[in-house]
Amino acid sequence: MTLRNRELVNLFVVAVITGLGFASVYIARQEVVSTASLSYALFFFGLYVAAHAVARLTVPHADPYLLPLTGLLTAFGVTEIYRLDPDNAFRQGLWIVVGVAAFSATLILLRHDFRRLESYKYIFGVTAIGLLILPALPLIGQTVNGARLWVKAGPLQFQPGELAKIFLIVFLAGYLREKREVLAQGRLKDFGPLLAIWGAAMLVLVETNDLGSALLYFGIFLAMLYVATAKPWFAGAGMVLFVAGAAVVYQLVSRVETRVTIWLHPWTDEKVFCAQTGGLALRQECDSYQLVKSLYSIGNGGFGGKGLGKGTFSNSGGDPLIPYLNTDFIYSALAQELGLIGIAALMLVFMLFCLRGFRIALLAQDGFSKLLALGLTFGFALQTFIIVGGVLRVIPLTGITLPFVSYGGSSVVANFILLAGLLLVSNRANATANIPMEGRP
Amino acid sequence: MNRQITRVAVVALILLASLILATTYWQAYAAPDLADKQDNSIQRVAEFTVKRGEIYAADGRTLLAANKVEKVAGQTLYFRTYPSRGLAAHIVGYSTQVRSRAGLERSENDFLTGSNSNLNTVVETTLDKLRGATVEGNDVYTTIRPGAQRMALNALGGRCGAAVALEPRTGKVLVSVSSPTYDPNLIEDNFAAAARAKFGCQPLLNRVTAGLYAPGSTFKVVTGAAALDSGEFTPESTFVDPGYCEEYGKRVNNYDTSAPFGGVNLVQAMQFSINSVFCNIGKAIGGIEILDASKRFGFYSVPPLETPVNERSASGLYDKGRLFFPKDDTQIDPGRLAFGQERMLVTPLQMAMVSAAIANGGRVMRPHVVDRIVAPDGTVVVRQKPDELAEAAEADHARSLAEMMERVVCCGTGAAGKLSVPTAGKTGTAETGIRGRNTTWFIAFAPVESPRVAVAVVLERQSGTGGSTAAPIARQIMQALIG
Repeated sequence: MTLRNRELVNLFVVAVITGLGFASVYIARQEVVSTASLSYALFFFGLYVAAHAVARLTVPHADPYLLPLTGLLTAFGVTEIYRLDPDNAFRQGLWIVVGVAAFSATLILLRHDFRRLESYKYIFGVTAIGLLILPALPLIGQTVNGARLWVKAGPLQFQPGELAKIFLIVFLAGYLREKREVLAQGRLKDFGPLLAIWGAAMLVLVETNDLGSALLYFGIFLAMLYVATAKPWFAGAGMVLFVAGAAVVYQLVSRVETRVTIWLHPWTDEKVFCAQTGGLALRQECDSYQLVKSLYSIGNGGFGGKGLGKGTFSNSGGDPLIPYLNTDFIYSALAQELGLIGIAALMLVFMLFCLRGFRIALLAQDGFSKLLALGLTFGFALQTFIIVGGVLRVIPLTGITLPFVSYGGSSVVANFILLAGLLLVSNRANATANIPMEGRP
Repeated sequence: MNRQITRVAVVALILLASLILATTYWQAYAAPDLADKQDNSIQRVAEFTVKRGEIYAADGRTLLAANKVEKVAGQTLYFRTYPSRGLAAHIVGYSTQVRSRAGLERSENDFLTGSNSNLNTVVETTLDKLRGATVEGNDVYTTIRPGAQRMALNALGGRCGAAVALEPRTGKVLVSVSSPTYDPNLIEDNFAAAARAKFGCQPLLNRVTAGLYAPGSTFKVVTGAAALDSGEFTPESTFVDPGYCEEYGKRVNNYDTSAPFGGVNLVQAMQFSINSVFCNIGKAIGGIEILDASKRFGFYSVPPLETPVNERSASGLYDKGRLFFPKDDTQIDPGRLAFGQERMLVTPLQMAMVSAAIANGGRVMRPHVVDRIVAPDGTVVVRQKPDELAEAAEADHARSLAEMMERVVCCGTGAAGKLSVPTAGKTGTAETGIRGRNTTWFIAFAPVESPRVAVAVVLERQSGTGGSTAAPIARQIMQALIG
């Protein structure tokens, strides 16, 4: 079976799973949702077959599992978003259409040789920094849930950070490929760029008030630096610098300090000062309200979960019990309805996606391709860890999205471009490798 | 480069695997703790999909808590309704979406929602869940006698106070009224109306188990038990009452100093509630000995009852709002303690337990308000059996005290508590120093020979005495229970 036929078969399996998901939401909530929900699965299948067709034409030798795994992740997301609010699911569906279009455009545009991106690396680098600064600008910058991550231009609202992440990875892959030998010598003057990027990450942290984004960009940078130079102590020193910088920021920016306090002590027995009301309140009813409610949602799921469509997210009056459910806390909604069994399956899908991504990095033949695939995959993994880890109180909670699952246009579109990038690298690696095409996993 | 890529991959996969581990922690290990948190609104609302068990009075017919079914967004939800409204509100409590629960609705929640951990029920509820069937909770049958309960509520007539009746042999709580009461049906939509103070008293407080009052002369029963158990006194011990007792060189007066009783024995001292005699007993045996005797009746520990522990208080000396047990006799005034002054604060339930212990030959039975819990298929999940907590007084001393208390009712301060059958009782009037602000008491049991009911009645802010205000209410309750 050729790689693309394998992909098609996998997509068919995903379509069946998606259909089952929507059917169970329909059964559980037939009094509020219509049979139209079942057409979602069909629509989905059609959309991914279209993406598959583009892949068949442009990247015939690419990894056959990434697209179906992406399909599965978006299905998890859309099913849950649909269960929470059918209108949002429709919008999310539209964003996935845009995402597939961006995916197709990337593939078509770079089908001959994506490596020419390397020569534009500085343009990508500058664009990335520009995108990162956008939310901090007056007029167009928007603060949502305390973090400045949004840009509003007319009716359009988007998070430029998602796209900036990919541009930054392209820049780093090119830059590090070029300078790796120089950097590996470890001379003091070569630390310049490292320190500059550390400073930039700290600036982003202060500007956006968001520890998560800073951690994400800096983590990607360190991983790529380590792979490029093979010097573990570079990464070690970088981590020390980041922690030191974060500690200073913790002292200076009260919002970061609050996040850490919430993380360490979400529950209090006695009333503490509550900045939102200006009075005294238990912390679980003030600052850590979101985190604690989300943990209750996860705990309520137990081993087997409540079942799709049967979770408790609002009271009988329809008022939501958990804020930001379909963006930051989509994981806790899924955890309640799917239980430990289902959510572990979701995490395994994420792990499989990453495994395929790292495999592409291993198989790629040139430094730029390797670094690009590694950066994209590690960024994907780290972003998943930062948001889910925050929801699970493993690290302080930050407001970034769960790739492909959370509600949100910029995130979906950016991650589809990320997927296209991985497929491009994979296609080239497999096509040039001297191994038979047939039966290759 | 590939070796580095592999290492980064391992790190990334460890990070993701740690998320599965953390989820396991919250969904398996920490889940019960999360479910118990009082601000867990998700758990609270989720439990409305369970057909909650009903709560009944002792007759098995009077519904104290029932369900009303509502369809919300395609889900069948079971909300609470309390058909008997304020009748036993403080025992039953409430279960609502917006407030954390109270009363038996809180403490028996696991049974009422069918989530009590018993292998059988766990298997059954899991099967129900898989079938998509509604989970049904267990019904709770209380020991509350609805007729007498209603009578007690009416007798208190909205005045601030409490009345509680126990069955001495078993510890069953037959009547438990905290006044003013509230309508639990209002908690969800109109909490302010339910919680609004009436006659300056908070209706949500369960005065029976959490109201702390100066016991006044009812405490003399405890002192009497301590005196007899010390071996230094018998019912025939004689005293001379000059109208006061001298302590630390100062006079401690009787309730009425104008007419000293002169030479009396212990029986007469109890009958006429003579402070000076008990003051001298206290000085003789010491404060610690009296407190030790009170401990045997259950003082200094939170009385066991099925209602939530935060709705119950321990009786004893209170210093600056905290329960206080003196290290030695110099820290307390034994004379005042002996007739129920000092810093002694008690709950009505505790005083009913004192009365019931004397009635039951000195043995304190564990008070309980849940008689049995019945599964939807009719099998009894839990049945409360009588359980002896402690021996508070020797049997013959208890008999002597019962005789003294009988004298109180037949021919002493508690005449207003007299039934058609021989009745034993003790009055109490704790003065606050402000006119019309007395706390008045009556504890009693009947019939004396084979007691079937022991009561404690307390009223706040009275101008009369325990004999004139509380005793008639106690009589009505006992009459209703003995029939």
